[in-house]
Amino acid sequence: MTAKVVTVTSGKGGVGKTTAVANIGVALAAKGQKVVCVDGDIGLRNLDVVMGLENRIVYDLVDVIEGRCRLRQAMIHDKRLPELYLIPAAQTRDKSAVSPSDMVRLCDELRLECDWVLIDSPAGIERGFHNAIAGADKIIVMTNPEISAVRDADRVIGLVEAEEKGTPELVLNRLNLAMVRRGDMLSVDDVLDLLAIKLLGVVPEDESVIVASNRGAPLTLDSKSKAGQAFHHIARRLLGEEVPFLELEAQRLWQRLLGRK
Amino acid sequence: MIDIKGIRDGLLVKLGEAPWADLQAALINAIDERPAFFKGARLALDVGSQVLHVAELAALRELLSERGIFLWAVLSESSVSEQTAQNLGLATRISKTRPEAARSAPQAGAGETALWLAHTLRSGARVEFPGHVVVMGDVNPGAEIVAGGSIVVWGRLRGVVHAGAQGEAGAVVCALELSPTQLRIAGEIAVSPKRKGKIQPEIARLQDGVLVAEPWQTKE
Repeated sequence: MTAKVVTVTSGKGGVGKTTAVANIGVALAAKGQKVVCVDGDIGLRNLDVVMGLENRIVYDLVDVIEGRCRLRQAMIHDKRLPELYLIPAAQTRDKSAVSPSDMVRLCDELRLECDWVLIDSPAGIERGFHNAIAGADKIIVMTNPEISAVRDADRVIGLVEAEEKGTPELVLNRLNLAMVRRGDMLSVDDVLDLLAIKLLGVVPEDESVIVASNRGAPLTLDSKSKAGQAFHHIARRLLGEEVPFLELEAQRLWQRLLGRK
Repeated sequence: MIDIKGIRDGLLVKLGEAPWADLQAALINAIDERPAFFKGARLALDVGSQVLHVAELAALRELLSERGIFLWAVLSESSVSEQTAQNLGLATRISKTRPEAARSAPQAGAGETALWLAHTLRSGARVEFPGHVVVMGDVNPGAEIVAGGSIVVWGRLRGVVHAGAQGEAGAVVCALELSPTQLRIAGEIAVSPKRKGKIQPEIARLQDGVLVAEPWQTKE
């Protein structure tokens, strides 16, 4: 097997990177893929909580890198799906415990194990960010429709391009269609206008995301919610399927009905 | 092969003429001999005429960062290396240590040479050049251009630009969409007014000490 290593990053914190990694991981695994999610946020680990696997951690990422355990031992199997695994971050260490070359080695090892490696990047553009993108084949930049988040996303895209990692793809999270219609929120077009990269998905704002995260059961596991569907669509696009942007269509229709644009 | 000295902004390391791999190894050796001295240092690197690409410079930056050293600037006589450094978000000028370069810039720069950038400048990108700067792409908010001469943007200009940075009052700034966060020509500063009407190419210049922007017309 030769896995594709995908890193989800954003620059700004709190835009939904961890939630996205958990949900895209579940969605890919539900499609029969073997997926390993890696929490790159050493010292502030969250992915295990969102995936509901916190109480099963024995070894973590730093243990693997420092050779205290084998890779397989640190891979926690999420039993709700046949082949979904998590490598948690260390909570008692910080970003300096890992170097970009460690991550490249880890990714190369994981590539032989599975179909997809999803890395959850920490916020910021420092060491942790460089670690998270070091071994990636593809980078997803996540943003919210807020000026500050979009500005940070722009900076991160610049940094990714400077590292010659290719142009990342965009996931726009927490879009509130009602607010966009009222002109109170940046629209998908406004964001794309500035960032000018390929759109991988749009996730509508949805309260059930928070509920699911708190329960440790990612939305994509069973929910029929809009946000859950959006994550399933993102997974299908990653697998090379052409999936129309339902949300965008709806928005255009509304604009037409309201006589805007 | 390596010359290390203290400057106001940290350490300046001057590399001699040798293959890059040897220079890099020598530098890392020198650092590993005195780790305590180097730890936490801000390092500027003068690479002379070495031609460096992103992979090489990024690898060195990583080696340095593993040793707790922050590489913030790369000085070079090669435009390729300068471009590489800029791509990695590193400075390519350090103040004070090269006064002769700064002084000679207006004569050598304005009106003579131009820096051609065939890509969008994203937030965090900073370009400094003694001559003119031409951008084929957008200049996004958070990006900054400082030019000794004029600035031409074939795209949307929404970042900060400073034309005629060494006092050249005849410098102009033009863009297909001129809505910079802040625009400076020589010593004057202006911010874009709220845009009314349709977007059109505009040119900004100094007229009697006042910054004015007017639509670009085919007939003057």
